[in-house]
Amino acid sequence: MTADAAAPVLVAKGVTKQFGGLVAVNAVDFDIPQGSIVSLIGPNGAGKTTFFNVVAGLYEPTDGSVEFAGREMIARGRRAWAEPLVWVLPTVIVMLVGVLLEQLTKSGAELAVALVIALGLLITMFLLAIIRPPIYDRLLYRLGIFKSARPNDMVVAGLGRTFQNIRLFKTMTASENVMVGMHSRLHASPLDAALRLPRHRREEKEADIQARRWLAFVGLKGKEQETARNLAYGDQRRLEVARALASQPRLLLLDEPTAGMNPSETAQMTTLFGRIRTELGLTILLIEHDMQVVMGVSDRITVLDHGDKISEGTPEEVRRDPRVIEAYLGKGASA
Amino acid sequence: MSGRSGTGTPPVAAGGTGRSGRASSPVWRVALGRVRAYMGRHQSLSIVIGLALFATALPFIVLLPPLNGFGTQKDFIGGFADAGVFVLLAIGLNVVVGFAGLLDLGYAAFFAIGAYTYAYGASPFSGLDIPFWPMLLVGAIVAAMFGVLLGAPTLRLRGDYLAIVTLGFGEIVPVVFLNADTYTNGTNGITGLAQPSAYGLFGVNGFGFTNPWPYFLTVVLIIAVAFIFLYRLQDSRIGRAWVAIREDELAAASMGINTVTTKLLAFSIGASTSGLAGVFYASKLSIVSPDQFGFTVSFTALAMVVLGGMGNIWGVAAGAFIVYEIQAQGLKQLGAFVQSLHIPTFALGPMSVDLGSINFINFQYLLYGLALVLMMLLRPEGLFPSRRRRSELHESPEEAAESNEELVQA
Repeated sequence: MTADAAAPVLVAKGVTKQFGGLVAVNAVDFDIPQGSIVSLIGPNGAGKTTFFNVVAGLYEPTDGSVEFAGREMIARGRRAWAEPLVWVLPTVIVMLVGVLLEQLTKSGAELAVALVIALGLLITMFLLAIIRPPIYDRLLYRLGIFKSARPNDMVVAGLGRTFQNIRLFKTMTASENVMVGMHSRLHASPLDAALRLPRHRREEKEADIQARRWLAFVGLKGKEQETARNLAYGDQRRLEVARALASQPRLLLLDEPTAGMNPSETAQMTTLFGRIRTELGLTILLIEHDMQVVMGVSDRITVLDHGDKISEGTPEEVRRDPRVIEAYLGKGASA
Repeated sequence: MSGRSGTGTPPVAAGGTGRSGRASSPVWRVALGRVRAYMGRHQSLSIVIGLALFATALPFIVLLPPLNGFGTQKDFIGGFADAGVFVLLAIGLNVVVGFAGLLDLGYAAFFAIGAYTYAYGASPFSGLDIPFWPMLLVGAIVAAMFGVLLGAPTLRLRGDYLAIVTLGFGEIVPVVFLNADTYTNGTNGITGLAQPSAYGLFGVNGFGFTNPWPYFLTVVLIIAVAFIFLYRLQDSRIGRAWVAIREDELAAASMGINTVTTKLLAFSIGASTSGLAGVFYASKLSIVSPDQFGFTVSFTALAMVVLGGMGNIWGVAAGAFIVYEIQAQGLKQLGAFVQSLHIPTFALGPMSVDLGSINFINFQYLLYGLALVLMMLLRPEGLFPSRRRRSELHESPEEAAESNEELVQA
């Protein structure tokens, strides 16, 4: 337990995810201290990627919760039944007021006006409910209704990720891919863009410079205009990291970033992790199969097996843990 | 790469042709490259110049033989104004289908909504008489609102399912206009819509049935504005988000894109372009009725987008123009031409076949189908594809040559 003093960026409490009868992740407690590199390892099918996807907001957990940057972001929805009431409540109130006024004045015009307003409110509430802007989520939270964060909410909160099987936007150039990563940090509205207002122009210029910077950071200088699909495999992996970094995250989730790489590429990648921590001050959660990488860069390691957390600690501690050896090599090997 | 070089062609030969092809690029190619680069930097200006050139050239082209035999210049100009309506429809649908990758088969609904908005704004039926120009904006805004409303329920759907639901909406809207006859005058439609007025500005005057010129100019103007806006949107964070969603929705969401708002925006911007087309179309015909906005309109617009080249605004516009002209003027001329050949009626068993009396316009959808099938087999990316689409569907020969070259050097 090296970095216990720092406040954790992410705290997972009893995260459980079931797919039908299969328990992919079972009551995993986990925290990631600020500025550390934490690894998640385990045999195939141990539930590492499922845990990742829960944290990234892709799956709603069956049980448990995830706190990110001090705020509860991901958990099973609470009082979800009350949400439709919030949609219709303003409409009902307006209608009641309309009926009341109509009864008082006997003119009939109020009712028509109230109807129009009520319909407008209903439509607005429905649109709010499907778009889910932060105001709407905060309003619900104040009313005691909790909805789990979506992937894009997690990115806005400061979480960046890469994928196990590379998921770049293949027909876009490297620099466009990185600019998509910046999406949540850019704020030009469609109107700004259509009228090419100064705000939009300034932002685009800035984004272009930033994109070059990120590409240079991961070692893709000079390949800005290359279409993503034409990049070499190792470069595609690096581009994914650049794209994730472009959203200016606090925590970076890397899902097997060195899978399929040769030793020299792996070494470059490992150096990159170190630079991300020291130069950018980010916290990294890493899923990895290459033990050399894991033991080399991690501050702490958590081991999953069949969805359960079986061990946690510094690389040294984990290396000696008989349960870990058993999980990897089978019973008898630890004896 | 090893797979490619193993296809049988010796990599040395392929590399050689690639190199010589690039070394001896002719002067016009260099000039074209310069023009392209300039146009890339001054997009709006090049749109205006391009459309202006096109709009100036068209009236003169139709005076040349053989086109002058087909109709008077006025007939052609009226036809071009109608073609402009479909150009607008196609570039709007291109936002939804080409950029965001959402297959919308009910696009005519927004065209209808735009047209009926104008009918309510400027006809004896409603008693209002709002001028045409502000109504353009109103029509666009109303259509955009309906774009959001009809788009919202379809957000969770993808591919085939989305197509079916939008198809349903496309049918519902004209049916509502048909059946709510107290408010829409039912099958007869709303007639006597006010025609636009230019207030004598720039010497343009007299919008009318006998004078199609002002309509032609107006539609070119609207198209120019729509072009500029859409090009700018395409190059913004919104445009990138659309493409990202089209390519990989999950990855897009994981990069912080709110897929819901981004898709709704595509729907509403597509719909607003369609709304503009609707207002213009209603003012030109001076009548709206539900049967003008059937499935064939949605289908035609989609066929134009696919044939023109999804995702490329200029390509889609060109596709729309070509398809419309073939359909509205080409087929009629083909019929007249075949008739003029005086092919004698001949007997084919019990039937007597008279090729001279074939009405080609009746076969337009057969020809569409044929054109689409051929297109999908021979050039699935459309006539004028965007760079993205092309790279998605083909590996260009140059690319293959390049990678071969790399192999040789390595």
